[in-house]
Amino acid sequence: MKSIDKPKVLQIKDIRNENEFIKTFVFEYPLNSKPGQFVMLWLPEMDEKPFSTSYDDGKEFWITVFKVGKFTEKLFDLKVGDQVGIRGPYGNGFKLKVNQHLVMVGGGCGSAPLFSTLREAKEKNCKVDFVLGARTSDLLLFQKRIKDFDNIDLHVCTDDGSEGEKGFTTDVLKRILDEKIVDMILSCGPEVMMKKVSEIAFEKSVKAQLSLERYMKCGFGICGNCTLDPTGLRVCKDGPIFDNEILKNVADFGAYHRDSEGKKEWFGACKVR
Amino acid sequence: MSDLSINFCGVKFRNPLVLASGILGVTASSLKNVIRNGAGGVTTKSIWLNPHKGHPNPTMFGTEHYFINAVGLPDAGIEKAIDEIKPLIESSEDPIIVSIAGGNKQDFVDIAEKIHVVNPQILELNISCPNVEDQFGRPFACVTVDAGELVKRVKEVSKNVPLVVKLSPNVNNIAEIALECEKQGADGINMGNTFGPGLVIDIDIRKPVLHNKVGGVSGPGLKPLYVKKVWDVYSAVKIPIIGTGGILTGEDAIEMMMAGASLVGVGTAVYYRDIDVFSKMVKEISDWCERSGVENLEEIVGAAH
Ligand SMILES: Cc1cc2nc3c(=O)[nH]c(=O)nc-3n(C[C@H](O)[C@H](O)[C@H](O)COP(=O)(O)OP(=O)(O)OC[C@H]3O[C@@H](n4cnc5c(N)ncnc54)[C@H](O)[C@@H]3O)c2cc1C
Ligand SMILES: Cc1cc2nc3c(=O)[nH]c(=O)nc-3n(C[C@H](O)[C@H](O)[C@H](O)COP(=O)(O)O)c2cc1C
Ligand code: FES
Repeated sequence: MKSIDKPKVLQIKDIRNENEFIKTFVFEYPLNSKPGQFVMLWLPEMDEKPFSTSYDDGKEFWITVFKVGKFTEKLFDLKVGDQVGIRGPYGNGFKLKVNQHLVMVGGGCGSAPLFSTLREAKEKNCKVDFVLGARTSDLLLFQKRIKDFDNIDLHVCTDDGSEGEKGFTTDVLKRILDEKIVDMILSCGPEVMMKKVSEIAFEKSVKAQLSLERYMKCGFGICGNCTLDPTGLRVCKDGPIFDNEILKNVADFGAYHRDSEGKKEWFGACKVR
Repeated sequence: MSDLSINFCGVKFRNPLVLASGILGVTASSLKNVIRNGAGGVTTKSIWLNPHKGHPNPTMFGTEHYFINAVGLPDAGIEKAIDEIKPLIESSEDPIIVSIAGGNKQDFVDIAEKIHVVNPQILELNISCPNVEDQFGRPFACVTVDAGELVKRVKEVSKNVPLVVKLSPNVNNIAEIALECEKQGADGINMGNTFGPGLVIDIDIRKPVLHNKVGGVSGPGLKPLYVKKVWDVYSAVKIPIIGTGGILTGEDAIEMMMAGASLVGVGTAVYYRDIDVFSKMVKEISDWCERSGVENLEEIVGAAH
């Protein structure tokens, strides 16, 4: 399906408060995005930024937003019925095969695109272990919605132990890989977390697909702002989902990203959500 | 197999297709990737002496018929350029054209002087961007004496590095401007930058779509206008031309060359046909040469005159 490349104005049909920092916005429109794809969302006279779809059934789609700065704050002020522009869907999306045993590892807002793969995973008769992590219990995203799917083992963990296991998603991942035969790991979340997921996947010889974020302008592969070193792969077009094998040769994975002028910013030097 | 190579200002290009400035040019890795995808050469995005902020999004979008952009020439400045571009130029077998930009004439002279450390094979003066008009006024490329004076002053510092000046199609005296640039020492002309500026309004929101409101227009529908500009420049000057604008296919590139271009700039085509547009176009050019019995592509430059 061809994407929409000129912003299309849509009304917000519903807004759901997931927690203090995360809201889901519902749009009634047949976007037909694949799990892992994203849209560029335009707030007129403000900016236009990338957000993954967290659900899409061909009639409505959702995006789930973590409030982190000026743009997302402005988005949080919007009400049902307000208008925004949408372009997309862009990017490649997660690739699922039938009858696979999947482990999904989601940190923070990263569980949003993973949640969107659950429908397809069910259709393809996949078995899923879902590792849902956050700093603290209030920030656990989509816990109830994930539980509502059958064929899913949900593993909850928090950094402070306020809910589920005390510890990191990557510790739970390791344990699952020790106990079960897994075909594929899917992960989305803070890049430092995904870097660990990537290392564990190599260690245990399990395939993995990881969802990267880089500063985006065009979203359709021509401006070059989102490219990776040294391959020049474009996160918006060749990604945002990359096979672990490809990331092995990506110098910036887990190390740095670039700002809107193309200057390097090192992870760790900035706050990780 | 026909010979598709082109000699431009003493620099050899494997084929005539050159990535236009501002497309996929943010990092050295990205430029290398474009070369891997078949380009005969690449142009960096326009480099500033000091970091320069671009416009907020939406900075660009496309439809079937046109593409519009107002990126606003964002750049991290010369330090980053040295970091990225110098190793690229040292290691690349294919030519890298270094595009530079500035707000006033002295900026251009300063960056032209400082950029020497990267050893550019060809320097391109971007004096024709329509998207920073608010900031800097009418582009120098639209005023004959300004264009000429800039070329002269930059040539004094750029010395023996071939100097290409990128002109604007938004004038009706292009021959006069090109001739003045040649007289003041330009070694080549890039014809040219985007048309406009143009304006697109969203009728639901009742506001312009681009954050900058107006933006430069490119895309396939403008090809005849660009071909005419190249035709006019070729008629006026002896220095070689990079024909840029509206080129999507190998056949388009051949048409541009027949109008007078030695090299063909390819930008927006990446939007319409993706990054491997270069290898696709090389194949199309090559097929055409076979069919037409052209052994040496250089022979078609200006053939339609
Ligand atoms: C493919 C992709 C999918 C994404 N999906 C989601 C999602 O589902 N939910 C969600 O909450 N967030 C998502 N993001 C991140 C989201 O785009 C940023 O959080 C948002 O742009 C922040 O804007 P701000 O002004 O509020 O914060 P700022 O203070 O401007 O920035 C906070 C962080 O967001 C990053 N950011 C800012 N602008 C951009 C941009 N144009 N492109 C990419 N990153 C940017 C910055 O690098 C910084 O790390 C996604 C990003 C990408 C690239
Ligand atoms: C997104 C975009 C960014 C551009 N940025 C620059 C730039 O930084 N410097 C420049 O000289 N030209 C820039 N241009 C103009 C192009 O290099 C080219 O001259 C113009 O788009 C016409 O060619 P095309 O139809 O092949 O795109 C830009 C064009 C686009 C579409
Ligand atoms: S955002 Fe422009 S190339 Fe990826």
